[in-house]
Amino acid sequence: MRALTWHGKHDVRVDTVDDPEILNPRDAIIKVTSTAICGSDLHLYDGYIPTMQAGDILGHEFMGEVVETGPQSTLKKGQRVVVPFTISCGSCYHCGKHQYSACDNSNPADNQDIADTLYGQPMAGLFGYSHMTGGYAGGQAEYVRVPFSDVGPIVIPDGVEDDKVLFLSDILPTGWQAAENAEIEPGDTVAVWGCGPVGLFCVQSAFLMGAERVIAIDHFPQRLEMAAKFGAETINYEDSQTYEALMEMTGGIGPDACIDAVGLEAHGLFVDNVWDQIKASTFLGTDRAHSIRQAILACRKGGRVSMPAVYGGFVDKFPLGAFMQKGLTLKTGQTHVQHYLPGLLTAVLEDKIDTTFLISHRLGLEQAPDGYRMFHDHQNEVTKVVLKPGLDRIAS
Amino acid sequence: MAAPHDDAPITASKRTEKTAQAAENITEPKGSSLVGQSVTINRPRHELYAKWRDFSGFPNFMENIERVEMIDDVTSHWAVKGPGGSTIEWDAVVTEDQPDRLIAWSSAEGADVPNSGRVEFRDAGERGTIVSATILYDPPAGIIGKLIAKMFQREPALQARRDLRRFKQLMETGEIATSARTARALEEEAA
Repeated sequence: MRALTWHGKHDVRVDTVDDPEILNPRDAIIKVTSTAICGSDLHLYDGYIPTMQAGDILGHEFMGEVVETGPQSTLKKGQRVVVPFTISCGSCYHCGKHQYSACDNSNPADNQDIADTLYGQPMAGLFGYSHMTGGYAGGQAEYVRVPFSDVGPIVIPDGVEDDKVLFLSDILPTGWQAAENAEIEPGDTVAVWGCGPVGLFCVQSAFLMGAERVIAIDHFPQRLEMAAKFGAETINYEDSQTYEALMEMTGGIGPDACIDAVGLEAHGLFVDNVWDQIKASTFLGTDRAHSIRQAILACRKGGRVSMPAVYGGFVDKFPLGAFMQKGLTLKTGQTHVQHYLPGLLTAVLEDKIDTTFLISHRLGLEQAPDGYRMFHDHQNEVTKVVLKPGLDRIAS
Repeated sequence: MAAPHDDAPITASKRTEKTAQAAENITEPKGSSLVGQSVTINRPRHELYAKWRDFSGFPNFMENIERVEMIDDVTSHWAVKGPGGSTIEWDAVVTEDQPDRLIAWSSAEGADVPNSGRVEFRDAGERGTIVSATILYDPPAGIIGKLIAKMFQREPALQARRDLRRFKQLMETGEIATSARTARALEEEAA
């Protein structure tokens, strides 16, 4: 099959590789019809994520058609499914509590050691995102082996187009969980740092959860415009001082809830045993910590801070005093995708949440390297690239 | 002696005499290096005990064990992968057996690799069962040392943890997680 493979910094290629096979009883093989490039894929592209190996297949936002099933899979050939980026067994203690991204079993035992050392306990396996999260081949390919297929994938009704439901795989539930973690109460003012796809889904989710006002913060005009279309007030931090603006806009109180959705799109992982590499990167430097610091300082007394943005290691100058003295609550974590899928699928089908607005480019799988380059170089215009292997078949 | 007001398990001890103390818990202790690991498995105690009691199933989740044959109810023959395709073998006997609670074993006289172990199963309420393994072994010198290095890899505690996690995966999910994409890649991983 053809697949987008990683070879190093700014070096991704479409290669011919072996087709995936059913290896475990609960596996299924999915023929990919749509797969998106995630903002966090750019950090693989930029070479900042350790435990990558040349030839790794990328992609963790994907959907497609079931073409093969193991004896314990509950899927049927021909079904269309969206696959969560988190791989979850469904039978461990954490899956039982719907803490799917904390699954004990989906990360192969040999790969759990790294996270043991860094985080104390290992987290779930993820598709296409380095060997620390399992080393699973991703969905930017013609076919994918999906483990625990009786737990993860959600079946999509006939007649619903891919573009409408594809983001159930990751960024929509991630934005929704972030808003849920902000424990929004009717009448609240919610501030969202970052108007990437996750931030924009936070804006929509916050309004659905009863927020009276949402204030969106970014510096890309096109992304701020999208936030405004969903009813958010905006702050362009290149032109305005964020803290001062937030305090004035809330009558000196500060937002009731603050959501940090800056940077990686809520599931990248930075491994900080490679300290030099991390220090050399700007990604975990002052910018990254800046948004969470600012969120804590701006948040009203007794308010809530939600952090879907990814932090992988240690942060300098964390305002612990402000956090304690103001009595804030912080909630965060990788997304428990499976927990949110049924409810969010319904919301999308009932048009309560708009998803397709995000897609700026649709390309064939063979053009994936161009997609990465465009997304990397033009973040204002390129909001979301969706790869469709079927387009190659039409073209050839 | 353990310090007063320290309920930490002996395997977490900073003291040098911890091995001797751990040996007290093994009916016929053999070996001077200690490895201890616990894992919580979301299955009932009796199920886990039954699976473990049949040592012949070990190769399913223990990476370096080629095969274990049950000769009779207490005696078993172990074959472990050695370097260059070689195999190192010994007999072991069950030295203590409390159904659904505890199994202890020890290598028979004359084993190249004197070793002994004990695995305990304790109720953990809605979380299932806590499985604790304690293994004592002699890190030998020379060629046997190399065999043992292979058997336990560089870090024996790491190997024990991986094996217990694979046991957990097998018992909770019915399969052992792999990120391999093809059957060939899976075989290469196992080799």
